[in-house]
Amino acid sequence: MSQQPSDALHDPTTSDGGLGISDYPTPHTDRQSTVDYALTVNGREMTVTDAWIGESLLYALRERLGLPGSKNACEQGECGSCSALLDGRLVATCCVLAADAVGSDIRTVEGLASEGELTDVQRAFVEQGAVQCGFCIPGMVVAIHDLLDRNVRATELELREAISGNLCRCTGYGRIFAAFRQAQEGRINAGA
Amino acid sequence: MPIAHPTSLTEVYDALDDLPDAHLLAGGTDFMVEVNFGHRCPTSIVCLRRVDELQGYSITDDEVVLGAGTTWTEVENDLVDVLPALAAAARTVGSPQMRNAGTVGGNVGTASPAGDGLPVLAAMDATVVLARREGIREVPLLDFITGVKRTSIEPGEVIWQIKVPRLDGPQEFLKVGTRNAMVISIVCCALIMDRVGRTVRLGLGSVSPRPLRATDAEAFAAEAMDWEALSAPPDAIARFGELAQQAATPISDQRGTADYRAHAVGVIAARALERSVAA
Repeated sequence: MSQQPSDALHDPTTSDGGLGISDYPTPHTDRQSTVDYALTVNGREMTVTDAWIGESLLYALRERLGLPGSKNACEQGECGSCSALLDGRLVATCCVLAADAVGSDIRTVEGLASEGELTDVQRAFVEQGAVQCGFCIPGMVVAIHDLLDRNVRATELELREAISGNLCRCTGYGRIFAAFRQAQEGRINAGA
Repeated sequence: MPIAHPTSLTEVYDALDDLPDAHLLAGGTDFMVEVNFGHRCPTSIVCLRRVDELQGYSITDDEVVLGAGTTWTEVENDLVDVLPALAAAARTVGSPQMRNAGTVGGNVGTASPAGDGLPVLAAMDATVVLARREGIREVPLLDFITGVKRTSIEPGEVIWQIKVPRLDGPQEFLKVGTRNAMVISIVCCALIMDRVGRTVRLGLGSVSPRPLRATDAEAFAAEAMDWEALSAPPDAIARFGELAQQAATPISDQRGTADYRAHAVGVIAARALERSVAA
């Protein structure tokens, strides 16, 4: 992909989404291809109305439902910063059609802990200094929750595999591994 | 509503009657990238991930029948023993996030020249089972894929199953990319041996508009092999790589040049044979 992702892709005021393709249809003004639907996000039913059919779950979460924790970077499933759980499976929400997520249990980084609290993984990230610029961290936290929930005794190799789809451009992986180990030890010591 | 969420094949047929131009959506990992980048603008979509008949796989003595909705995570975790090359290819598909969503049927339907599963399925002589209200038809994979992201699927049809014969013999899948994870292949190959039929099958990926079988290399290797010892002389392995390279018709793009691809596919084909006979 040589094309750079851009917010202009979702700009309803340009007929081609900012790509300079003159005959590209105007998605948001095509009334035939808008839909209304409900999504269950972090246990709450949330309504999306008059949305273009092609919108990604990431776009719906961030721009329509006020949940900007899932980050938007590559829009092509490369970076993992938009990771969330769809029916308990780790997915890149930029590659999930929002209107196909109806009826599914969507769990985003906002839904991991109660309001004002931190999960064990989030606390470990803070205590280990695993956050540099922070952009990849929501996706990393969701991916590491997914790994620990599935396999609390995951090896370092399994950790590397589990976050192979989550890029940290600060290359702060050492502290992220340390945060993983702290959360893992906490769970094992607690009898997991 | 220009979108449907069928839960059975019958409901898929109904949806396609209502929305004949609809895009059939499986995991979305290819489709959504094209939509996000404005290369595709869907006006109607039939979502397939809830369709009961597309889920899961069955294993018999002779074949594995993969529901089109089988994810790469399932192939990677569950099918290592029965389809080792396909499981190896599954491990190289994108990231865990992509493998949780992306499906075998989606890989076949998208028909990308770089689809990781396709050289394996081509080498295994896999069959695509297409369903429509009037009945089913079975098409060999290499007849189903007609060009770059082109297939012979017809209106009203949906990919139901991929049937993969089980074969007794070594299997290898090798892929060249810039990282060990999360890469679209620059070149890839699958080498499948059938000890009973004494055939060697070599599927090549990302070196032609469609996945390719290197038939000259296959015939040469089958002849050069000592099938009792399951071995091949070093000069035959080198020649096998040369023949694989000659079968390739790569192009230059942002991932690699045609020259590099031709060279690399020869290297990995020879390496796949070397590993197979050393096993």
